[in-house]
Formats: sequence, structure tokens, C-alpha cells
Amino acid sequence: MDPHLPWFVLLNPLLTAALIHLALRRAPAAATGLSVLSAVLGLITAIGIWFSGTPSAPIEISWIQLASLRIPIGLLVDPLSKVMLLVVTGVGALVHIYSTVYMAKDESKGRFFGNLSLFMFSMLGIVLANNFAMMFIFWELVGVSSYLLIGHWFTRDSAAAAANKAFLTNRIGDFGFMLGILLLWSASGTVVFPELAAKIGSLNLSAGFLTAAVLLVFCGAVGKSAQLPLHVWLPDAMEGPTPVSALIHAATMVAAGVYMLARISFLITLSPAAQSVIAWIGILTAVFAALLATQQDDIKRILAYSTLSQLGYMVSAIGLAAPGAAMFHLFTHAFFKALLFLGAGAIIHALHHEQNIWKMGGLAKSMRLTFLTFALGYLALIGCPGLSGFFSKDLILLAAWQQSKPVFALGLFTALLTAFYMTRLFVVVFLGQPRSAAAEHGHDGPVAMTAPLTLLALLSVVAGWPFIGHTLMGHDLAEGLHKIHAGGGAETVMSLATAAFFVGGAIALALYSKAKRDPLRIAPLQNKFYIDEIYAAFISATQDLLASVSNWIDRWILDGMLVRGLSGATWGTGFLLRFLQFGNLQAYAFLFGLGVVVLIYLMALR
Amino acid sequence: MLNLILSLPILGAIAILLGAPARKTALGVSAAGLLATLIALMGYDRAQGGFQMVYSSTLVQAWDLKYLLAADGLSLVMLLLTSLVTLAAVWLTPTIERRENLFYACVLLIAAGATGAFASQDLFFFYAFHELALIPTFLLIGIWGSGERRAAAWKITIYLALGSFILLVGLVDLYNALPAEVRTFDMMKLQKAASATLIPAAAQSRPYLFLLVGFGILISLFPFHSWAPDAYASAPTPAAMLHAGVLKKFGLYGLIRLAIPLLPAGAQQWAWLLLILLVGNIIYVGLVTIAQRRIDLMLGYSSVMHMGYIFLGIASANAIGLSGAALLMFAHGLSIALLFAMAGLLRPHHAGLAFDRFGGIGKVAPFLGAAFGCAAFASIGLPGFANFASETLVFFGAFKPAVPAELTGKFQLATTFALWGVVISAVYMLRAYRSVFLGPVGKGAEALTDPAANLRWPLILLLAFLLYAGFFPGNLLSYLQPSIEALLPK
Repeated sequence: MDPHLPWFVLLNPLLTAALIHLALRRAPAAATGLSVLSAVLGLITAIGIWFSGTPSAPIEISWIQLASLRIPIGLLVDPLSKVMLLVVTGVGALVHIYSTVYMAKDESKGRFFGNLSLFMFSMLGIVLANNFAMMFIFWELVGVSSYLLIGHWFTRDSAAAAANKAFLTNRIGDFGFMLGILLLWSASGTVVFPELAAKIGSLNLSAGFLTAAVLLVFCGAVGKSAQLPLHVWLPDAMEGPTPVSALIHAATMVAAGVYMLARISFLITLSPAAQSVIAWIGILTAVFAALLATQQDDIKRILAYSTLSQLGYMVSAIGLAAPGAAMFHLFTHAFFKALLFLGAGAIIHALHHEQNIWKMGGLAKSMRLTFLTFALGYLALIGCPGLSGFFSKDLILLAAWQQSKPVFALGLFTALLTAFYMTRLFVVVFLGQPRSAAAEHGHDGPVAMTAPLTLLALLSVVAGWPFIGHTLMGHDLAEGLHKIHAGGGAETVMSLATAAFFVGGAIALALYSKAKRDPLRIAPLQNKFYIDEIYAAFISATQDLLASVSNWIDRWILDGMLVRGLSGATWGTGFLLRFLQFGNLQAYAFLFGLGVVVLIYLMALR
Repeated sequence: MLNLILSLPILGAIAILLGAPARKTALGVSAAGLLATLIALMGYDRAQGGFQMVYSSTLVQAWDLKYLLAADGLSLVMLLLTSLVTLAAVWLTPTIERRENLFYACVLLIAAGATGAFASQDLFFFYAFHELALIPTFLLIGIWGSGERRAAAWKITIYLALGSFILLVGLVDLYNALPAEVRTFDMMKLQKAASATLIPAAAQSRPYLFLLVGFGILISLFPFHSWAPDAYASAPTPAAMLHAGVLKKFGLYGLIRLAIPLLPAGAQQWAWLLLILLVGNIIYVGLVTIAQRRIDLMLGYSSVMHMGYIFLGIASANAIGLSGAALLMFAHGLSIALLFAMAGLLRPHHAGLAFDRFGGIGKVAPFLGAAFGCAAFASIGLPGFANFASETLVFFGAFKPAVPAELTGKFQLATTFALWGVVISAVYMLRAYRSVFLGPVGKGAEALTDPAANLRWPLILLLAFLLYAGFFPGNLLSYLQPSIEALLPK
């Protein structure tokens, strides 16, 4: 394979972003065109890479090479990164095209597209990174591009707050991530994935050390993939424009945590203790978020909790030593969740920024194409047999069935909840009668909006079909999938999952098909189990209190007493003060001279 | 060459005091200084390494006291920092109504002092040039400062004079501890003679402590830091830029240049203390920074906090950590100068620079919003900026320090605190950025507009260097690394 291809994929969006920010911010049309062009070129190149073989030599340049520390900027092209490239550039290109309509009237369009390209650069860097340090670099860059895009409408207080929250929560995860990287480096002397994989087995590291290192690195994924307890930023991130939610906070960036874990699965398998922690965090997030999704009223927030929940499945699959299944679900989820968000965006756009599902209704008639495509995405998500989500979720549940029945039970319950809350959303938004004036004027968007929806709908149907999905995933990952399939229990799991799909859907249908308002009102779920409030109280009880106390100490003890007391005692009152009040040059010259004299005196004394 | 770089600001200051047009002359000599420094950097032969461009003129034969200029990679990087910040500071100096000539002369003299300190390889001049730079700093704060300028100037004078005095005692103590045959002021000779046992380990303890405290006060090492935020809050913009950006690096430079090669055993004996103090810089001062509600004080404290990372790199005593520390000195110098420069642009709109008087500046002044955003993210260590590359080196260096095994755990613990500090710095910086630049447009921001085009260039200049060194740290490291490795105890 020509090594220029991956370099082009990586650097093309960086150049685009730089060009837009430096020259085209006041030329929105040119910025839009350039950004879309670069995204489409990226997709074409990624397809080219998928068809070409693996590179013979490592593709890398030196970034830092100092004593025993070697941090290259290197691109790892293997089946894992190839399929992820397809997801990122594919969904990316569609979202770029869609955004040309969604953001058409935005006054800062240039900035938006510049930041979108910056995001593509950062995300592709994570995908291609061949070492921990480089991944961390792009990890942070993804964080900042997400910050910029969530805060796109930064004069809104809520958007500015959400952007901060996302960045800070991610930084907490990155604290552990970096510490884990340092631990692994201190033991192995390398940060490069292939070198680490080759070395780690022969180092005889203790189980405790490995568990600590893996779990610390996992912290990074907990932040980026919004797992418990760092999940709080993702629902708030919906403050960003909807195309951003589709690309970044559903299909790609939040999946980066899962991707990273799949990349280092060679490490994770070394520590069974860490594996079970990961499996449990994942599945608990899945249940927890699904529960919250049942009682939200904002269409984007429901989808955001659904994303959390599905990411929980993927993370759990990593802990169940089934990275193939995690990646498979990441792959299918990217399409149907992007589709759902873009569909939601089409509705929000048509309804003049109405996001409350109880003010929608009856949109099946007025937004025909949006309705049809959304329906396919909805069915794929809740695991309707035959659609992509069915196959990929089934594999994760199967892996759980084979290894841990409690995890399986929770996973199955999540599947039921998923069918329930998505049916609720679907029924309330599309069926019945319009519940507000805005909902009466629903209309499909122009082609640049509907074409991405249609393509994504197609992919949501077929991406999970074994002969398509498994081929795209490449041999190694597909192998893992076959192994799970052959591991027993396939039929039981499939029938239980199908039952969950029907039961969850049926309950929601019964409850909501005629409802004018929500018949269920469960306060703890509506209030997200009060976790935001608990965190806020915790922060003000610890960090803010400590900050005020430190500030007080600094003002009144360190500065007030020590410094003034010291200066008084040492220098005699007002002696120096007098020099200063006159701004007297001679006095300074005198002081300076005194220093010199003291020096010479001390020297001569010797 | 070094003579030229050093004499430019001095001659400029003299010319201005004699009545030359102040701003034009100052801009001219500082631009010429940057150009000369860049030429010196390019002329430096990295393959050969070591000290180059040596100029020597003996003053007192008996003590081997010389006017000795020479530069290795470390000195050159510090000179680059000095000339960059000087040019930007002069460029961004607002209209001075009172005694304009004296003002510009003071600014140039600070630059001259810093340049002299970094280029002199004679202990006496190394010390004296720094002292020379302090005097105009006091004057700038005392005469042209804002707010409680007298109190601030008074405090900084006493504090820094005390630091300098302790440092002086330390230098004398170090000099006396040297074996008679290598007793010299010549830092190049000292470096050549240096070895772990040049001075008996037991005799290294006291001079090291003096140097640590003396330099430490100048660097605002916790708990000797409280002079810094007040001084920077009161100082006129160019003085804050030059002192926080450049002059404060003198102490760090001195520790690397003198303590690392000559007193390695002393450094190990006191490593525990330094670790505690630097964690104080990072965590305690970090928390204090969170509590600030004024831009200038917040920046002042944040600058104190970041010294902790440089100390961590120095304490690790290996090539990775020390190179990281040196690169971070450069990166921090540029980013804090940028931030103080922009705080200076906001000051006319609200003298107290209180957060809640602003808001939404990104809307009314998009360039300022973007530039401050870049500088803020640089200072909290976002990849792409030099600060990240250097902090990363510091972390890696400190995780495997060149110290006895029983100390390694303590270093790793301190590194963990330092990593948490990265979260803390994001908290205060993003909170401040949010309330000043994002959200609805506030009262103090209504009349605000972007700076005129010609005032943007100095900001862009500093940002460009931060980005360059962040994307390609290898280039500056190729200057730093050989010089640092030559300093490591043999």
C-alpha cells in the first residue's frame, strides 16, 4: 500500500481546518465547499485504503526522540483501523453534506466547518495512532474540537456550560489515561502498540500492576465514551448543533473509547480482574442510561441516553473478551445512531428548533421520507430481527451468556428497555395528531438532507448482515465473531432477545399510542437520579471549599503575616519603603552596589 | 554575536534616555535583537554542541573574573525566548503619558539584564545582570503600575532582594565548597570539571539548600510565591510580560546550569523537600487559582502554579525531565506573556479585570477571543502547543527519575499530583474563559473591539512560535538535549 494514502487521510482535514480558520472565516460558502470536499476525499481515500493490502514497513516519523523515550507519529493500518476509517470518514462525509443545509443560515458557518474539519483530523489521528502517546495527543484534540463544537453557539450560557463540562469531565478520565500510559512505559520502556504487544508477555509483571495499569488506561475510555461515573457530560453535549451530535456524540468520538480498548485488547486480556470491572461498568451504564431514557422528553436527550446505553454494551463486550463483537456493534451503531440523530435534526429543523417530543406528533404524514428512514434506524436500534442492530447486539448478549449470566440478564433487560423507550419516542413523534402549531408544518428537507438519511437507512439495514458486516470487518475480527457464535447458546439468546424486543415494544405501544401526555411520571428518572446535583454538591464541598480555604490562607497567613512580619523584622521599618516611594534610581543603584560589595567582601575574606 | 545581542537593548536604552524617539528606537532594537538571535541560532553548530560564540575579556586575573559571553543550546533557547517576548512587549506597550522615554528604557533594560544573565558564563556577571534587570522592574511597577502599585512594588522589592541575597550567600558557599584548583567564576570551566564527586557529597547539602531557596524565591516556589500575583496584577503590561515570561526563568535556568552539574548529591538529599514544595505549587496554588475572580490575579497564580511542573522536570535530574523543563520554560514564557498581553488589552474596559464585568467577548472581538482561547489552551497543555510537548517530557522524565530507587516512588506520587494539576488548570482556565469570553455580552465588553491590525502581529508572532515548537518539538530539543546531557553529572 502506498504510505501516502493514510498520511493524506490524516493531514487533509488539518490543512482544510487551517485554511478555513486562517483565511476563509469570512467566506462561508468557500469554507463549506472546501470542508465538504475534504470530507468526501477522505472517504474515497479510506475506501482505497480498505482495498489495498497492509503496509510492509511501519509508517512513521519521529516526533520526540530523547534518551530512552521514543514518541513517533506513526500510522497503524490494520483491519481494525481500516474498518474504523470507513466509519469515521463515511459518517463524516454524510454529516458534512447534511450540515450544508442544517447550518445554512448560521452566521458563523465558516467557524463551524473549520471546527468540523478539525474534529475529523483529531478523530482520524486516534484511529491511525500506532502508539499511546500519539493517541493521547489526538484524544485531547478530539476533546477540544468537541468543546468548540458543543460551544458553537457560545453566547448561550447553557452551551458554554455544556462545553466546559464535556472538556473537564474528559480531562478527569485523561488523568487516569496518562498515568496508565506512564506506568506501562516505566515497565516496558515503550509506548508503541506493536512493540508493547511483543514485549509485555516477557516482562513478568505482577497481576496487581497489570490490573492497575489497564484500569487507569480504561479511565480514558470511561471519560471519552461517557461511561459511569463520568457519563454526565454527554446529555448536556446535546447543546451543540444536531449534525455535531450525530457525528461526534453518537457515531465517532464517543466510540473512540471503545476503539482504544479494542486496540489494546492484548493488554486487557492479561488482567481478568480488570476485565470484569470493565464488563460491569459497561453493562451498568447500559441499564442505567436506558432507564433514564424512558423518562426524557427532549428528543435529542433520549437519543443521547440511548447512545450511552449502547456504548455500555460495547464496553461490556470488551470486558467479556469479545473486542470483535464490540467493534461490530460500534460499526452498526454508528450508522443507525447517526441516522436517528440526523432524522431528529430534520424534525428539529422543520419545527423551528422544537425538541420536546410532546409538542410533536403526526409527523409520519408530513415528513414522509424522514419518517421512513427514521423507522429503519429505530428498528435497527431496538434489535428488530433482520436489521443490523439485531445481529451485533445479539453477539454481545451471546458473549455475556457464555461468560456471565448476571451481565447477560442486565443486557437483556437493557434490550427490553431500549425497545420500550424508542417505541415511546417513535409513537409520540410520528403517530397520532400534531400536538403543537409547529408540528403541523412538518416537511422533509432538501436533497442534501434526505440523501444522507436514505444512505444511512440503507446501511442501518444491511451493515449487520454477516456477509457484509463480516467482510468489512476483516478476517481477524470476523474470526472472533464466529468463535462467539460457535460457543453455544446462540438459539436461546436469539429467542430471548427477540422476546425482549417484542415485550418492550408492546408495552410502550400500549402505553403511548393514544397518550396526550406521559402517563408515567417517575421523578428520579426524570431527574437523572439527581447525579448532576450530587456532583455539584460534591464539587462545592471539596474543590470549591478547598479553593476558598487555600485562598484565605494565602491572603491572610502566607502573605499577610509571614511576608509582612518577615519583611518588618528583616529590614527594619520603612527603610526600603522610602526608596520606593520616590522611585529613586540612586537607591536602587545603591542596593545593587551593596550586593556587589558584599560579594567581593566575602570573596576577599577567604 | 552575543555582544551584539546584548548591546542592542543597552544602547537602545541609552539612546532613548538621551532623547531618541522612544517607541521607534525600542521597536527597532528589539526587532534587530530577535533577528540577531535567530541568526545566532542558525549559526550554532548542533553537531559540535557545547559552548560557542565565546567572547572573553579578563577583568581580575587573581579570581579568574572575566567578562565572558558564550552560548550553548540552553542559553540560545532562553535568548530566543527573551528576544521574542521583548519585541512583543515593546510592540504592545500602550501610549505612555508620563515619562515615556524612561518607561521604554526600563523595558529595554529588563531585556538587557535577562539577555546578559543567559549569555554570561561568568558567575559574577550571571548574577549581576539579573540584579540589573530587577531595578527597572521595580521602577515600572512603582511608577506606572495600577491598583495598589506601591504596596506591590514594595513587596516584590523586599522579596526579590531577599531571594537574591540568599542566592548570593549560596553562590559564595558553593564557590567556597569547590576544591581550590577548580575555584573559578568561569561557568564553562566549572561545567567541564563537574562530576558527582567534585564536591564531597556531605558538603553539597548546604549550598544546594541556599541555591534552592534563593532561586526558589525568585521563581515563586511555594511558599515563597505570594509576591508574584500582586506584582503581576499591578505591573504595567510590558513589565508583567517580561518578568513572568522571561526574568522569572532566570532562577530555573540557574538551577539547571549550576545545581544539577555541581551539586547532584545535594539535589538528591533535598529532593523530598523540593517534591513537597512543588506539589504545593501545583495543587495548593492551583486551588488558590480556582478561587480567583480577576483575570490578572488568576493569570498571576496560574503562572506560579506552572512553575511546579518545571521544578518537577528539574528534580527528575535526567535528560528527559530536564529537557522537558527547559522546553517548558520557553513555552510557559511565551504563553504567559501572551495572556498578560491580552489582559492588558482588556484593562482599559475595567481596571479591576473582574470576571463578572465581562462576558461574550468572543462575540464582539472574535480575534481576541480566538487568540486568548489559543493561549489559554496552550497554558493548560493542549497538544499542538509547546506546553504539551514539554509537560509530557516532564511527566515521562519524572516517572523514571535519575535518583536512588527508594526515591522513585515519591517521584511517581508527585507526578500523579502533577497530572491532577492538569485537571485543576483546566478548571480555572475554562471557568475564566467561559465567564469572560463566552456567554451573553457583559457590561465591560460592550465597548470592546478587536485590537487594530498592527497590534495583532505581536500576538500572532508568539502564538506561531508556540505552535511551531508544539508541532515540531524536535527542533528546539536538538538544541537543548546536548546541552542538558553535558550538564548531567558524569
